[in-house]
Amino acid sequence: MTLKDVAKLLNAEILICEDGCDVEVKTAFAADLLSDVLAYAKEGTLLITGITNPQVIRTAEMLELIGILVVRGKAPDAETLKLAQTKSIPLMVTKYIMFESCGRLHRNGVVGCVESVPNARS
Amino acid sequence: MQDREAGELLLEKRFSIEGGNFIHAGGVSSSIKKILKDIGIRSEIIRRASIACYEAEMNVVAYAKKGEVTFRVTQQHLQVLFKDEGQGIENIGLAMQEGYSTATDAIREMGFGAGMGLPNIKRNVDHLNIESMVGVGTTLEMIIYT
Repeated sequence: MTLKDVAKLLNAEILICEDGCDVEVKTAFAADLLSDVLAYAKEGTLLITGITNPQVIRTAEMLELIGILVVRGKAPDAETLKLAQTKSIPLMVTKYIMFESCGRLHRNGVVGCVESVPNARS
Repeated sequence: MQDREAGELLLEKRFSIEGGNFIHAGGVSSSIKKILKDIGIRSEIIRRASIACYEAEMNVVAYAKKGEVTFRVTQQHLQVLFKDEGQGIENIGLAMQEGYSTATDAIREMGFGAGMGLPNIKRNVDHLNIESMVGVGTTLEMIIYT
């Protein structure tokens, strides 16, 4: 499934997509905690999140994620949009909640970029 | 702190970080990432360096008034020094534990402050050295072999 297919499946509005919308989505990671995204998400993964500040774009840039799907219909702020454009990071928004978004994607063959974490937290 | 066995210095850059500026936070790490790409460093090394630098940069933005970054590339490694003027770390041992955090609600709302920053830096670098004085600031040195 491509990013375009993801948008279609989740009725998502594509806000930024310079050239990457035909890129294949095989894995995803979902979290509202960017610290956890930085610790566990893998390169080439779709990020599903409720975070809409510019740091979500920076996180995607550092990890070389393939795109960001914002859930719960939250509108990214102007700085976030600007940075996504500058860094060419695809950004879309769906009104579905995170659980529903993940469920629909998983049912359509997208799996977690990791299944579980290596060590339990202390 | 320069390693004598690091070989010839190929590149040195300095950057400054403004504490509390969450809009521009990450800009220094982004610049470092671009330099590493331009000089042809392996992508796995770039990824590790980018994650570690970004975590360290967010720490400066979140906990310090300002910070200076010195970034060096030698024949054998990358060295990044983050030196800040800020609140410092009271107990480095505790700060290195996953889940331990002194973050404010504002930092948590940004999606950070989960107590994963320093452990995640450590995971991504070959050497990490932290020196800190409460009320003065923190110096963090990281080395990644290329």
